[in-house]
Amino acid sequence: MKQLERINDFVIRFANVNGSGSASANNLLAKVIYRLGVPISPKNIFPSNIQGLPTWFEVRVSERGYLGRRGGVDFMVAVNGQTLQQDYDMVQAGGYFLFDSTRPLPDNCTRTDITIIDIPLTRLCNQEFSDARLRQLLRNIIYIGALAHLLDIGLAPVQKAITTQFASKPKLAEPNLRALEIGFNYSSENHDKSCALSVRPSDAVGDRILMDGNTAAGLGALYGGATVVGWYPITPSTSVIDTFERYAKRLRREEETGKKNYAVIQAEDELAAIGIAIGAGWNGARAFTATSGPGISLMSEFLGLAYFAEIPIVLVNVQRCGPSTGMPTRTQQADLLACAYASHGDTRNVLLFPSDPSECFEMTAGAFDLADRLQTPVIVMSDLDLGMNSHLSRPLSWDDSRSYDRGKVMSAEDLDNAEKPWGRYRDIDGDGICYRTYPGTHPDKGAYVTRGTSHNEYAAYTEESQAYERGMKRLLVKWETARALVPCPVISIKDENASIGAIYFGTTSQAAEEALELLAEQSIPINSMRILAYPFQKEVFDFIDQHEVVFVIEQNRDCQLKTLLAGECQVAPEKLDAVTHFNGLPITATIITNRIHTTLLTGRPGNKGGKQ
Amino acid sequence: MSYTRPTIRHPDAGKNKLGYTRKYYEGSISTLCAGCGHDSITNAIINACFEMNIEPHRVVKLSGIGCSSKTPAYFLGKSHGFNAVHGRMPSVATGANMANRDLVYIGVSGDGDTASIGIGQFMHVVRRNLNMVYIVMNNGCYGLTKGQDSATADKGSKTKKGNPVALESIDLCELAIQSGAGFVARGFSGDKKQLVAMLKTAIVHKGLAFLDIISPCVSFNNVPTSTKSYSWVREHMEVTQSFDFIPFQQEITADYRQGTSLPITMHDGSTLNLHKRKDQADTTDKAAAIAELEKARQEQHILTGILYLNPESTDTHEILQTTEKPLNSLTARDLCPGNAVLENINDTFR
Ligand SMILES: Cc1ncc(C[n+]2csc(CCOP(=O)(O)OP(=O)(O)O)c2C)c(N)n1
Ligand code: SF4
Ligand SMILES: [Mg+2]
Repeated sequence: MKQLERINDFVIRFANVNGSGSASANNLLAKVIYRLGVPISPKNIFPSNIQGLPTWFEVRVSERGYLGRRGGVDFMVAVNGQTLQQDYDMVQAGGYFLFDSTRPLPDNCTRTDITIIDIPLTRLCNQEFSDARLRQLLRNIIYIGALAHLLDIGLAPVQKAITTQFASKPKLAEPNLRALEIGFNYSSENHDKSCALSVRPSDAVGDRILMDGNTAAGLGALYGGATVVGWYPITPSTSVIDTFERYAKRLRREEETGKKNYAVIQAEDELAAIGIAIGAGWNGARAFTATSGPGISLMSEFLGLAYFAEIPIVLVNVQRCGPSTGMPTRTQQADLLACAYASHGDTRNVLLFPSDPSECFEMTAGAFDLADRLQTPVIVMSDLDLGMNSHLSRPLSWDDSRSYDRGKVMSAEDLDNAEKPWGRYRDIDGDGICYRTYPGTHPDKGAYVTRGTSHNEYAAYTEESQAYERGMKRLLVKWETARALVPCPVISIKDENASIGAIYFGTTSQAAEEALELLAEQSIPINSMRILAYPFQKEVFDFIDQHEVVFVIEQNRDCQLKTLLAGECQVAPEKLDAVTHFNGLPITATIITNRIHTTLLTGRPGNKGGKQ
Repeated sequence: MSYTRPTIRHPDAGKNKLGYTRKYYEGSISTLCAGCGHDSITNAIINACFEMNIEPHRVVKLSGIGCSSKTPAYFLGKSHGFNAVHGRMPSVATGANMANRDLVYIGVSGDGDTASIGIGQFMHVVRRNLNMVYIVMNNGCYGLTKGQDSATADKGSKTKKGNPVALESIDLCELAIQSGAGFVARGFSGDKKQLVAMLKTAIVHKGLAFLDIISPCVSFNNVPTSTKSYSWVREHMEVTQSFDFIPFQQEITADYRQGTSLPITMHDGSTLNLHKRKDQADTTDKAAAIAELEKARQEQHILTGILYLNPESTDTHEILQTTEKPLNSLTARDLCPGNAVLENINDTFR
């Protein structure tokens, strides 16, 4: 058997039982590798369950810095009896299979192409520790100790991580350190030189942090000046709010009184959650809510009101698979159309597509400026993979000279000094955006009743057809203004003459960029464009124009980005070729390269850049 | 439709302490049916605000959808208003109130808007004890969609269409008391004097003040067999108490009879003097209030007046411990922790 022999380039997967405390042990190992300077990309694959069902944690270690999921498993840590067989079968030829040998492997585990590493985790643990609750947790640390040996990490980096983690509870550090050593020693004594995968210190990480997108989005809202939050719990968006509140508790206290400079309201449902954000946004506070698919459906009526009545709000949508009884803990980019055109009537909403935590931070903070400037809902389109998994990311940063753009708001003085009579829906500047007033501003100027579209330029009630048409056309002018304000796509031209382009966004980006690199190495040059926002700018249209075939890579079944592009950019449908992936697991570079190879080999029109 | 205003203005064309006439508190001309109960309530709101010397621009009016929800356009034309979506006024009011606690929030809804599509939002805004006045203009039907029975239509009663209501009715006052409202009252659009006094007390009350006001729909539900018709209500209405509302800093001159009256100090120092019937339960006793409502319901009586009052209730801002300053007045200086803090946060993710 040829063992896999690799340095800083492998995938390790942990098979655990949900609720058994494995997450913190697995994260510990991931963090140690990261701290050794080696890029990692951890992914949690978990069930919609609190305790008992199988859960997996996968870490891709990649010196080259590939952060997308790779697929395949080189090293399996199998500590879940329920899935043992499946986990065993999954290991790549030449790979490694570590299991708890307190119980023997089933008879049908007869592969000869993998290395079996048996460690009696439960027995070792029970011999040393008597506390039942602690046993469960420390058993996980024992395999971390074994891995510290097998992957050539050594004890010291892990010991340091444990000591840091338990700095405030040194009593807990002690048994953890003990368990670590037990695993390390057992492995050294019984499996020396068994594993040819290893981790070597590197400087490939640089100053990057390891953070999940929801933390970054929550912080973005905090830095962006959100003061009112309405929300309803839903995985995978809940931790956006949790983060906001956790940091706000510390950083948003009024100095003199200790009172809160923010209000978080856990509403009765998503309708109320967005209603709260709308009421607050209307009344001059920066407000937001966070949700996921089913919540988007419930919020749709209100999104329409906010669009028509022109009320700024920010909505963070952490997308996930299908309906509530679908695969709510798996990832997808499948709310594009639902969000772009959310609501009844002619509605269009501004979307932002972050692809890593630093963008979650910047785009969420920036969304408040955009919403205030445009007086409309702005939706930050994250997803479960981005939101709940840790990602290597540029550090978050804030320009202290930056101020909030509150958009066009009339103060009492403005109202007094206005040359022309003020009208809530009068477009004075020609950009489709009108001046608004906050309630309570002026004793007898600037008050009006906010309604959907049944108003004229002065916000007076009317059901006159022309007034409706004028208002709807002005909203289109505003849409053009939005186009100029939202972030531009990131375009990378590998070859001026390449006839093939690829478009992607959000968490598809890492795998897509890796795939394009691999294809370039195989002399298939493909230019790329990462889309950051909707409405699409001229650059997007031009990019499509400049190529004969454009692959649109996305994680949903129905080619939602492709549909959006085809409709908005008026592109001939055959020009766009969809590369879709929708099984709930993050897309991989292999899936993309395979799909592109197949298409090019079947000789599609415009296939000049095909395989030579 | 009552497109024309009466040429003779309100008899008391005088000015209030702020120097405003009653007209200053009016809104645009009502487009509701002539005789609609909702218009009388609109007028009572105008009177209450005028007499209380409230700065109109310090009031925010919110509503859902329905004939009733149109009325905010017809009072306080100098106030901001928000005609939201059906049944969702409470959440918009919550957000608005969170953004600026310094304004007076008046929410107007209908029985369809509150007791059906919006019943969840209603109960939860009550639970939250949002500092607002929540008015239901209750006509037992969906006026704007042409007269379907609503969930407050009494079982067995008959609307214009003639079929007896088959389902049990929802008593919004009972629900409000159960859900934690600190002020719950029932009124009748035809009894303006009581209405104005109740509205004033409701405005002063801190926390959620709920008013269920029976307000006949002359187009679809004003037949004698309907328990929400003018004639039925007049015959079956039982006024539980008379009361004087004495705003803060005004000398207490009202007649104060030992034993039958209950002076209650409101949070701003105003006094409410409730003169109740001898056999009537304590207005601050929740269980007793609900029991009285149930009893009256069985006896086919409509109890009006302040049914329940907890002058010590705490509102959402107090519960959340938010700053006394309006949140919408905070600037980046108050809100943004700055880059140095962010760098420290980054370090905790290394
Ligand atoms: C989501 C939604 N569903 C239905 C409607 C239609 N609709 C408009 S008003 C109304 C009923 C209003 O009844 P009520 O609240 O009692 O007000 P009233 O007209 O009786 O004063 C309905 C069902 C709507 N506007 N929105
Ligand atoms: S339909 Fe009924 S509720 Fe509506 S305005 Fe006419 S009388 Fe009033
Ligand atoms: Mg009604």
